[in-house]
Amino acid sequence: MSDARRRLRAAPGLAPALKGGGLVALIAIAIAFPQVYSNPAVSSYGVLALIYVTAATAWNIFSGNTGYISLGQAVFYGSGAYTMGIAARDWNITGDSVFALLPLCGLVGAAIAIPFGLIALRVKRHTFIVITIAFFFIFQLMAFNFSFTGGSTGLQSPFLNWPSATYNTPFYYIALAFAAGAIAIAWLVRRSRFGLQLRAIRDDEDRARGLGVKAMRVKLSAFLISGTITAMIGAVWFYYINQVEPQTGFDPIFDLTLVLMAFLGGYGSISGPVLGALIIEPLTLWLNTQPQFSGYLSEILLGAIFLIVVLFLPRGIITTGGELITRIRTRGRPAVIPATSVGSSALASGATAASGPSSVSSGGGR
Amino acid sequence: MTALLRTDGLMKAYGGVQALNGATIAVEAGTVAGLIGPNGSGKTTLFNVITGYERPDAGEVWFGDRAITNLAPDKVFAAGIGRTFQLTRIFARLTVLENMLVAAQAKDGPRNLLSWFGRDAWTHHRRHAMELLEFVGIERHADILAGSLSYGQRKLLELAYVLVADPAVILLDEPAGGVNPTLINHITDRIRQLNAEQGTTFLLVEHNMEFVMGLCSTITVLESGKDVVSGPPDIVRTDKRVLDAYLGADLEEDPR
Repeated sequence: MSDARRRLRAAPGLAPALKGGGLVALIAIAIAFPQVYSNPAVSSYGVLALIYVTAATAWNIFSGNTGYISLGQAVFYGSGAYTMGIAARDWNITGDSVFALLPLCGLVGAAIAIPFGLIALRVKRHTFIVITIAFFFIFQLMAFNFSFTGGSTGLQSPFLNWPSATYNTPFYYIALAFAAGAIAIAWLVRRSRFGLQLRAIRDDEDRARGLGVKAMRVKLSAFLISGTITAMIGAVWFYYINQVEPQTGFDPIFDLTLVLMAFLGGYGSISGPVLGALIIEPLTLWLNTQPQFSGYLSEILLGAIFLIVVLFLPRGIITTGGELITRIRTRGRPAVIPATSVGSSALASGATAASGPSSVSSGGGR
Repeated sequence: MTALLRTDGLMKAYGGVQALNGATIAVEAGTVAGLIGPNGSGKTTLFNVITGYERPDAGEVWFGDRAITNLAPDKVFAAGIGRTFQLTRIFARLTVLENMLVAAQAKDGPRNLLSWFGRDAWTHHRRHAMELLEFVGIERHADILAGSLSYGQRKLLELAYVLVADPAVILLDEPAGGVNPTLINHITDRIRQLNAEQGTTFLLVEHNMEFVMGLCSTITVLESGKDVVSGPPDIVRTDKRVLDAYLGADLEEDPR
């Protein structure tokens, strides 16, 4: 048994090498992208896609790990954008130094996440979703009605004295840095005890509490991390598109899009929301440039994609694809849900297939 | 001997149903105690109140000389009372080993935020977790998702991860329910071993009379949310009130 195990462990040694190589290639492509496609029309796809990669990853750090589906991420996104706009306006900050305000935007996101989380995280599942939506509308209404937010006209970002031909490039690298940072945090959370507690909460929160997990503190921490990142990337987005209005900063479509991205790519995995964002955002932008899909038609199409994903691919491309590969690889052997990755599934099915001492063989129906 | 775990006059009502009606039990340190009673007599509610999942309307729970009434589940667990559930509750989408590690972190006490991201602290937990999985006999399944374990294996996993935190008292809710006889013997042996070698105190709810009578030194009978009899198995087995509780008081007088 142990011999067979060791052999099985040695076999998928190629997988990490492939993974590492793929990652290096991806990073190289991501860095080279604005050099290769210097056309602003194309590089703006890159900027917005990376902004969504960041936002979807931030969503996933909280919702993907805990199973609490947040439809209120626009609260953070818009608040970050407005914080940047209000601070720059009131403190007369112009030029490149506005980017020094990004940490402040993150702090505002965190400061909002605490009361938001303390209220919303008291309830679970559907009720939680409804409360996040309610919070979202409260924030949109506030943006419409307060005077310091500029009411329905919103805020303009101060002029950035950058040449128009390469205007996108610095934004691209800022967004890329945020995307990389968010993914790194998601990865750190995933492999940590903190991430384990989040996933235990996802599976059975009451049971986790019974095993000493301080559920509220853990959930709130994840919500706070997610809100901080989202607020900062919201501020970047505001500067990139130059203005924010209540209905674009606090946009219900933004909330739904993040969920769609995560579900399409694979909810809960790190690469899933990234992949989803890289598919959905460029697709949306392209549809908007096509006259036959102008306006609401592209939104209807997105809605249709959402339905198709939920009905036929509920666990996303990454998860379903991984299982498909596993099924092909382990054909004829007993089906076992792969433990961590495709690589270890052979080990898992091998372990269950072997019959154990009769004293522990299972009994009873499920 | 002093009671390690005792409850005093616990009351709990759900709407019009009085689930606990003055339940008073005492579990002596180092014993294996049983809690029996007909369906709906309040056994699981009593467990829920002791472990902080439900708040009693009145009454007290004492752990040694510490009042633990109304403590949250994580605090009760940290105080040294572990429990399993009637329908096993494991983390289905975590691996068996990860299930163990969830419980392991409870022992570590307060920590700063940064250490949440560390993984090195797990090395000794991992070793301990594997030992416990070996103890219950499912160490071969450490790397598979807990959701793909059979029902009996889940029972063993639940027992194993309760053991991680090394609790002084373990409450078992129907450990032998829906499990084959071989596995029941295996579970019995593990309970005896823990009780004898580490002095772990057990309180278990079970409908399998053979299992309860063979394992427990004291048995408390609960009926309609109140303790009716408490004593060694032989006394309880022949007590008229127990027979009444299980068979119905009027059965012999009025055999319709």
